[in-house]
Amino acid sequence: MKFKSLIAAALLLASPVAAQEVKIGIAAEAYPPFASPDASGNWVGWEVDFINAMCAAAEMQCVITPVAWDGIIPSLTSGQIDVIMASMSITEERKQTIDFSDKYYNTPTVIVGAKGVEMAPTAEGLAGKIIGVQASTVHAAYVEQYFAPTAAEIKIYQTQDEANQDLAAGRIDAIQADSIAMDAFLASEAGAACCELKGPVADDPAILGLGVGAGVRKGEDALREKINAAIAKVIADGTYDKITANYFASSIYGG
Amino acid sequence: MMQGFWVPRRIVMAAIALLLVGWCAVSLNWTWLATPKYQVLILQGIWTTIWILVVTMVLGMLLAIPLGLAQAAGPWWLSGPSSAFCGLIRGTPLLLQLWLLYYGLGSLFPSIPWIRGSDLWPILRQAWPYAVLALTLSVAGYSGEVMRGAFKGVPHGQLEAAKAMGMPRLTAFRRIWLPQAMQRVLPTLGGETVLTLKATPLVATITVVDIYAVSSRIRQDTFIVYEPLLLLAVVYMAIAGLIVLLFRWLESRVPQKTA
Amino acid sequence: MNGAGLLVSTLDYLAWSPPGWGATLAVALGKSILIAIGAFGLGLLIGVAGAYGKLYGRPVTRDLLGIYTTIVRAVPELVLILILYFAVTSSLNNLLLAWGFERVQISGFAAGIAVLGVVQGAYATEILRGAILSVPPGQIEAARAMGMPPLMLAWRVTFPQMLAAAIPGLANLWLIATKDTALLAVVGYAELTLVTRQAASTTKAFFTFFMAAGLLYLVISILSTLIFARIEAWARRGQVRRAGT
Repeated sequence: MKFKSLIAAALLLASPVAAQEVKIGIAAEAYPPFASPDASGNWVGWEVDFINAMCAAAEMQCVITPVAWDGIIPSLTSGQIDVIMASMSITEERKQTIDFSDKYYNTPTVIVGAKGVEMAPTAEGLAGKIIGVQASTVHAAYVEQYFAPTAAEIKIYQTQDEANQDLAAGRIDAIQADSIAMDAFLASEAGAACCELKGPVADDPAILGLGVGAGVRKGEDALREKINAAIAKVIADGTYDKITANYFASSIYGG
Repeated sequence: MMQGFWVPRRIVMAAIALLLVGWCAVSLNWTWLATPKYQVLILQGIWTTIWILVVTMVLGMLLAIPLGLAQAAGPWWLSGPSSAFCGLIRGTPLLLQLWLLYYGLGSLFPSIPWIRGSDLWPILRQAWPYAVLALTLSVAGYSGEVMRGAFKGVPHGQLEAAKAMGMPRLTAFRRIWLPQAMQRVLPTLGGETVLTLKATPLVATITVVDIYAVSSRIRQDTFIVYEPLLLLAVVYMAIAGLIVLLFRWLESRVPQKTA
Repeated sequence: MNGAGLLVSTLDYLAWSPPGWGATLAVALGKSILIAIGAFGLGLLIGVAGAYGKLYGRPVTRDLLGIYTTIVRAVPELVLILILYFAVTSSLNNLLLAWGFERVQISGFAAGIAVLGVVQGAYATEILRGAILSVPPGQIEAARAMGMPPLMLAWRVTFPQMLAAAIPGLANLWLIATKDTALLAVVGYAELTLVTRQAASTTKAFFTFFMAAGLLYLVISILSTLIFARIEAWARRGQVRRAGT
């Protein structure tokens, strides 16, 4: 009896899910050009535009909810968000915990390093270097697998931006990340001054995944199907290309 | 002390606790603990947490003594800055101080190119010096306040007596003032150490691989959410327990009243 | 370009309206303060219940409260926040689903208050217990002997007297509450520290934003200290001043 009233009290405190309201989880960090906060606190970027287009196509009422990147999967499984759309690659490993929609973009993975320092995006080319990666990304897994044995040190950052910053500060020699995010970094003042592209790493789909998809809780197939249909619709009706043209010179949907 | 502890209700509670631990051991996923890679990481992480704690406590206390003394007995041009420093450290979150030191200073490096050629660079490029600096300043700020009270609490008559006996000021400080002040803070020092222990996981946010960072790493590698957190809680409780026992032992060694 | 020039040029980022981040920082500051108030209030409620439980409760209650305060005071807030933030919401939802209810979503705001409140509660329990103990037992016994009902006794005798003893500790606890809200940055809640971090990484003006946020926290701390000093003076109004203090 007491327990039931406790639950009732908890229910009062926590607002029940409104019908159709879907919480889309994004990473609470600046990840340009996909999602970053502007001066008025709104989230802007390609992925944010895409989320809005997708929600409109699916006729869902979406609420963009920033959560910490390294806790984004627990946030989904514990029910604080309903969908992850945070440039998360579709990998076999993650599929054991959550389900993914179809991919909505796919870009190569690159190494960016300090200007004038000799290095190549291979195990030998990075021997003795300090490499920075963002925690719980495909890049962290890739670096661990291929570069850790020869590299001097692998440094793990909570956000990509922190890794970029330490590269600019000269604390690390190289970072491995998504090519588009790196293009944006290299185009920035700090990035242009310090660093340059060292080339793409050899692909390994088992680790690097098959593009970026929306993550949903296991078994929520109705939601996943709805998202898939919406992604297909956004691509088919040209909205996808229109959004992309605002940010990039060429398509990022990938092969 | 143990007498009267094992009354029936405590036995029942201990049994429930054991059942709970048993349930945790059986129904939760602990397979990752068997991986040698993680075992090494966990031990290294615990070691990092402990040495950071010990180093920052010692350095912080060494700073806290002059800070406390300056506030308790110093001239205004010493006591003013000291209490301003303590207020500054105690008034702002440690996380912010840590980020200001690590990322704030880091953002200045590109504009000072010669710094990478300097002898200090091998230290500046690593993360732990910033962690140690931030935690040391934090300990100094909080304990400086405690030391101020301790110095003030030493009976004035003793200092006057020392003066009257013609004891040099430094000797009086070393033999009379400091030992008595330290004796006064000893009971609170254990608490301060536990508080510092509880602040150490923040260093994981600037890439220092302490036990907290190791647990996050395991959580991210294996997608296991709670078990590494539970282990983390147990590790911190064990270290906190050790600290309490250590200080109890220290207190028992220090005579309470010098006759 | 020298340092001073750089600083002046980045001060524009603090302007109230975009491209300045002033308004956004102010909103984040407001959230931090609201969470601190909520957590402090919840902590006080838990603390009052806990202190009474520890002093006058049955042995089992006392032991359980002892376990609660020991765990909270030994485990880092950051770890507790992660455990409570993920585990509690998850198990609540699992329970609800198992009972055939709908899944609920707990906002970061509510979760932040709950988590920090539980932490604050443990410290408040100890502070209030000490404060209640500082009330001369003879007065409580006298009131009981006069047949004063327990609630009236608490309100008229215990509470006014313990207040003076409790306020320095509670003031400290409030300062901890304001600073602990910064830990919610780690779970991605947009309070002052996280927004500062986001602003800093977007604009690359690290020093400007971190200093500005530090100043805001400092202002809260100084204002709170002044206010609590006045409250303490008010709470001690009936007391005889000891010479020399």
